[in-house]
Amino acid sequence: MMVGLWTDALLWGLVLVMALGLAAARSRPELKRPFAKLAEHPSGVVALAVLLFFLSVALLDSVHYQKSGGEVLSVLDTLLTPLRDGQEKTYSAPFASQLYSSEFMETDTGEPVWGRPRLQHGGAHLSDEDHHIQDIALKLLAACGRYLGLLAIIALFVWVSWRGLQQRWRDLPALRWATWTILAQLALALVLWDVSHYYHVLGTDMVGEDVLYQTVKSIRTGWVIGALTTLIMLPLAIGFGILAGFFGGWVDDVIQYLYTTLNSIPGVLLIAAAILLVQVHMANHPENYTSLQVRADTRLLFLCLILGVTSWTGLCRLLRAETLKLREMGYVQAAFALGVKPYRILLRHILPNVMHIVIISVALDFSALVLAEAVLSYINIGVDPVTYSWGNMINGARLELAREPLVWWSLMAAFCLMFTLVLAANLFADSVRRAFDPREAEHG
Amino acid sequence: MFSYLLRRALYALPLLLGVNLLTFLLFFVLNSPSDMARMQLGQKHVTEQAIANWKRQRGYDLPLLWNGEQSFPESLSETIFFQKSASLFWLEFGISDSGRNIGADISQRMWPSLALALPTLIIGLSVNITVALLLVWFRGTGVEWGGQVLMVALMSISSLFYIIGGQFLFGKVWQWVPISGFDSGLNAFKFAILPVLIGVLSGLGSGVRWYRTLFLEEIGKDYVRTARAKGLSELQVLFRHVLGNALIPILTGVVVVLPLLFMGSLIMESFFAIPGLGSYTIDAIAAQDFAIVRAMVFLGSVLYIIGLLLTDIAYTLVDPRVRLS
Repeated sequence: MMVGLWTDALLWGLVLVMALGLAAARSRPELKRPFAKLAEHPSGVVALAVLLFFLSVALLDSVHYQKSGGEVLSVLDTLLTPLRDGQEKTYSAPFASQLYSSEFMETDTGEPVWGRPRLQHGGAHLSDEDHHIQDIALKLLAACGRYLGLLAIIALFVWVSWRGLQQRWRDLPALRWATWTILAQLALALVLWDVSHYYHVLGTDMVGEDVLYQTVKSIRTGWVIGALTTLIMLPLAIGFGILAGFFGGWVDDVIQYLYTTLNSIPGVLLIAAAILLVQVHMANHPENYTSLQVRADTRLLFLCLILGVTSWTGLCRLLRAETLKLREMGYVQAAFALGVKPYRILLRHILPNVMHIVIISVALDFSALVLAEAVLSYINIGVDPVTYSWGNMINGARLELAREPLVWWSLMAAFCLMFTLVLAANLFADSVRRAFDPREAEHG
Repeated sequence: MFSYLLRRALYALPLLLGVNLLTFLLFFVLNSPSDMARMQLGQKHVTEQAIANWKRQRGYDLPLLWNGEQSFPESLSETIFFQKSASLFWLEFGISDSGRNIGADISQRMWPSLALALPTLIIGLSVNITVALLLVWFRGTGVEWGGQVLMVALMSISSLFYIIGGQFLFGKVWQWVPISGFDSGLNAFKFAILPVLIGVLSGLGSGVRWYRTLFLEEIGKDYVRTARAKGLSELQVLFRHVLGNALIPILTGVVVVLPLLFMGSLIMESFFAIPGLGSYTIDAIAAQDFAIVRAMVFLGSVLYIIGLLLTDIAYTLVDPRVRLS
């Protein structure tokens, strides 16, 4: 049975709207040049491919259904069953077959011995410990062979059967970069997935949960925060910014007052107050929040909402300044003189001409939001503690480097995936700025 | 000049009133004092009597805005708004929910915050500007490209990792500095050095990129060409002319955050156990101490508005073209 979560619906809706918007924008002649410029830089194309790969993982993780046992799972959970099921007792290192720390165990004869117990899933197929390393290498090689072969066959098939492809492959370097990036990511994901049947590739955490599973599940949280916050912030920023710049007078005064007031309140404290509000609300209405998933989802949605409310001011100020400039332009004055109604001028002449600022700012904000989630979760005013997120992972693992012997894989895993997503977002934002900023266009 | 500043200062009043109303709305209307009491006393098994006691002890048992039981002046003053929110205007922060004097706490805790934030700002600013100028100096070469890549990578790392990694390397592995803690006087130096270093590093990526764009914008202007034509060396052009003119946007960016330095950095202070206002705020959030959070919201807003005012003054001082009117 399908389960509808708010963030699921909104994320899918947003992606659909974005796809439709892109399809509509393709035919616009004035957007030809920026799109062509976007495809010029390998870094931007590769970053976009990485972002899209992460997005598809997030989308897979955003289709929830209820199993007969009452357990709510996403499609991604089902795909990752080998990772999800491999529950161990406590810490184990990447590719380990034994727990990380020693404890007393009983031998067959009932004698207590001091040693490291075998894992229940990781390396459980090994009959003797001596071939551990060889087995890992063998499993990795086998997985590489299998999936690289599979990918190669599919690629060959597409190559031969799709007639126009060869020509495009030669003409469009962007297509080559994107394809290679996606193929590399697919291969990596498939190999990791395959080896996960036998080992915990990134180890397990304190309660014995697979770290790779946690990091992959965190992708959705990162995307939801980045995307939904933008969705909430954009209407506020665009609406208020354009209105303030266009009408001036008391409208401008009120809007300026509004954003200066909001800006002057430390954002973290506003978020803290709002999160407390949700907690109180949930505590007072327990009947509406029966399952953990719904609770976590509501809190995530509310976090996006409040982040959106605190973050529209910057873009609003930029748009107001730009609209002030545009209003004095000849073509807008001409439209006024011809008696065009104000709202038509806004929609036809102002809005399209400030869109580049919106696009650049959205691309820049995305990475900032993913980073902000980690900090907020650390202060416990971020996502719900049961939600998988990089912030929660870091928060849970921050004392692990102080342990003896130290546990590094949780932090490493969160670091790698978060770094990849944020770096991709930053590189893509740079590329978008190069393509859409008219000042960059003047330089050629 | 004076009348302009007076007008700006008066403009701050409605802003502060707005902040005050918003916090009032958040902390008293949407979260009622009864909710707060229930949160503090534990969710279940709380009697109405216990809640009423809790509210009376902290002065939350008054009406919100208008006290109908009293005659005119008291009907306004004997309310939660007047006693808890409006009193913030004369910087009377009152007593925290755990019974401590917030004003005294703040005046004691802002100095460690400042001891950390001020060096971070100054060192960070000089490092950022120098690196940005060097990148501009090497523009068009591999050094610039490498620097750019490095900066994007640096700004893609969460500040949490800088802190965790820094504590691990310098505190645990090499044992150069204590991992966390603070001390008074000059002894604070060895505790402050690592947080400052990490603060500078975590701001490096975005800072350098921002200053670089500022410098690149200046470098295409006519006066730079004139300076070169006069035979000045590239170094002189960069540090004398470009830096001098780019100082205006840099200055405005810095001045606005100056007062906020008192507020400290939330995560830095919490990780390094610095007894400043940042960790004070975090502790208050964790303990759900609304009185402290409210006080910090107001203090932060006051400092921000002071920053805006200082920015206006700074503009007139550095840029003779700006006339206040």
